[in-house]
Amino acid sequence: MSAAERFLQRLTARRADDPSWVAARRQAGAARFEAMGFPTRRDEHWKYTDVRRIAEGDFALASDVAFDAASFDALRLEIDAHRLVFVDGQFSATLSDLDALPTGVSVEPLSQAMVANHEAVGGSLGRLAGVDFSPFTALNTAFADEGAIIRLSAGTVVDKPIYLLMLSRAGSQPVMSHPRVLVEAGARTEATIIEHYAGEPEAANFTNVVTEVMLDRGAIIDHYKLQEAALTDLHVASIHVDQGRDSHFNSYNMNLGGALVRTDLVTDLNAEGAEAAYNGLFFVQGRQHVDNHTLVNHNAPRTFSNENYKGVLDDRSRGVFNGKVFVKKDAQQIEAYQNNANLLLSDRAEIDTKPELVIYADDVKCSHGATTGQLDEDAVYALRSRGIDEPMARALLTLAFVGEVMDKVRLNVIAERVERAVAGRLPERFNLADLVETAEAIQEA
Amino acid sequence: MLEVKDLHVTIEDKAILKGLDLTVNAGEVHAIMGPNGAGKSTLSAVIAGKDGYEVTQGTILFEGQDVLEMEIEERARAGLLLGFQYPIEIPGVKNIYLLKAALNAQRAARGEGEIPAPEFMKLVREKSAEMKMDPSFLQRAVNEGFSGGEKKRNEILQMLVLQPKLAMLDEIDSGLDIDAMKVVADGVNSLRSADRAILMVTHYQRLLNHIVPDRVHVLVDGRIVKSGDKDLALELEARGYEWVLEESVA
Ligand SMILES: Nc1ncnc2c1ncn2[C@@H]1O[C@H](COP(=O)(O)OP(=O)(O)O)[C@@H](O)[C@H]1O
Ligand SMILES: [Mg+2]
Repeated sequence: MSAAERFLQRLTARRADDPSWVAARRQAGAARFEAMGFPTRRDEHWKYTDVRRIAEGDFALASDVAFDAASFDALRLEIDAHRLVFVDGQFSATLSDLDALPTGVSVEPLSQAMVANHEAVGGSLGRLAGVDFSPFTALNTAFADEGAIIRLSAGTVVDKPIYLLMLSRAGSQPVMSHPRVLVEAGARTEATIIEHYAGEPEAANFTNVVTEVMLDRGAIIDHYKLQEAALTDLHVASIHVDQGRDSHFNSYNMNLGGALVRTDLVTDLNAEGAEAAYNGLFFVQGRQHVDNHTLVNHNAPRTFSNENYKGVLDDRSRGVFNGKVFVKKDAQQIEAYQNNANLLLSDRAEIDTKPELVIYADDVKCSHGATTGQLDEDAVYALRSRGIDEPMARALLTLAFVGEVMDKVRLNVIAERVERAVAGRLPERFNLADLVETAEAIQEA
Repeated sequence: MLEVKDLHVTIEDKAILKGLDLTVNAGEVHAIMGPNGAGKSTLSAVIAGKDGYEVTQGTILFEGQDVLEMEIEERARAGLLLGFQYPIEIPGVKNIYLLKAALNAQRAARGEGEIPAPEFMKLVREKSAEMKMDPSFLQRAVNEGFSGGEKKRNEILQMLVLQPKLAMLDEIDSGLDIDAMKVVADGVNSLRSADRAILMVTHYQRLLNHIVPDRVHVLVDGRIVKSGDKDLALELEARGYEWVLEESVA
């Protein structure tokens, strides 16, 4: 039996009461996944990322949502938000908070939306993330039974962030979850959406999430993905974005956790004035492996994209950045900028970076670049000259390196959380978290 | 406090300091003057512990400790600080981080705990006000996008927070207009005390109107060829360096 077939066996157990359109989708996903199988490194898109740890794993499906209250409070972002919480992929009504949703906004767990409102959901799900995109998208399509459906009717400005918290538990049997997130942002809507992945320290689960975001004319969406799962967790994600005229999509993709992490981020700029900003950060250590594949398709004239990904790699960690910008013929007067900068803190860490521009129009402004380096020794020296010892100097400069991306983050709670996480990963005796706190206090005073 | 004896320094096999003696006592302000290329910056850099210099002969003692055996950060923590002629930009490292990390490193070296946050905040706000720097500078990256004058003020701000026993200032007046010079000089003067010393490197007399030295030394071609009181600086201003050299050769 192939790994794919073994995974799909889990599917048969509990789907008896699926509505028929859901069952049809599952079947299509399962068939496609079975045909493709798990990707191997012979596949160009998976050249540097070996998913055998997933394929060879044995993952059950979670059936309850019990979660320790104290660790829930420690893990969640302290933020005033409309909140949906999932535990190992299952919706927890108790931990969620959707009481104060304003009119014009609908936020539902997928399980409820599939049953209650199948037409709208059925028509949109999978429109951007087809089963052919990758074996993992197909696998997600086969299994997805939970997630979030977010719909904003034209002109709605959502008062607070919509916060999806996906928690992963440590248990005797690893589990898998295949969350699905769908965002339909009507014309001139504005919203901030957070996908937050966190969990218990020993969790060794497999999360395979697919997110689709559709922006109608003039919509503005800030999309945060904060991935700070356990260092033993496996995480695969694809985010698919479709942008109408004058819409803005700002992505903040921050990866700190996970043993094996792969994210695909794809945006189609389909009409004039559409603009995408990709801000990415990853910080890996130990033997963590993180792979970011990004793609921007400039399908229409006068569309704009700006991408800045920064990576910090310590110990024997491994990073992959593959960023592609595609400019269609006749997509004139577009602007596309892309940058990837990596900092290697150890000579055993490794990064494979490949920025790629494919341009079929002639009147364009494009630039791309990738740099990989070590810390600036003159700066290390300047700090030492003030009495700061060398490891601390290096820690400060590492924090500074990520700062450039963090400065773009509009949600302070997230910026502070990431800064602290980065500071906390640097040598412990240097109380950098305290520094961050002091700076915040002075700012507020 | 500082005792430099028969100091010989080479850079890439080229002799720069050629047997230099200098003693600075607590409570004193010394000025080192001399023509370009004489070795003034080299002297302060070697005392501070900058690498790239080879000490081929001689000793430097600071409060009886052999400075040449100490790493640059150890010297700084012991109270030996150099204000740079060309302070570098450190992108992304907030001023406040540098100040707090440096201050705590110094305290740790003395066996003291970390400075409590409220006390630290009060201190840095006071000192920035003394240097006429808006508190927003504390949140900015060290020297990044600062004007020449702001960089120099920032160097002095570090001194005011870290309170070195021996503050060395290399051409702290270069690139400063009159107002900025006054602020910088006031800052430096506030460091003067009976248990501290200041060593200023400059080749203009004008700074010494604001920070009046106890001793002035003329450094020419790697040696101190003449020492005197503050009047020597005025004489150098009026007559240049040639006569000192002729006098010393004679
Ligand atoms: N990094 C270096 N490499 C080579 N020569 C140097 C270097 N730094 C200084 N020098 C030389 O050493 C001499 C003294 O320089 P410096 O100490 O900067 O003089 P001052 O500060 O008195 O103008 C000069 O001849 C200068 O060219
Ligand atoms: Mg000089």
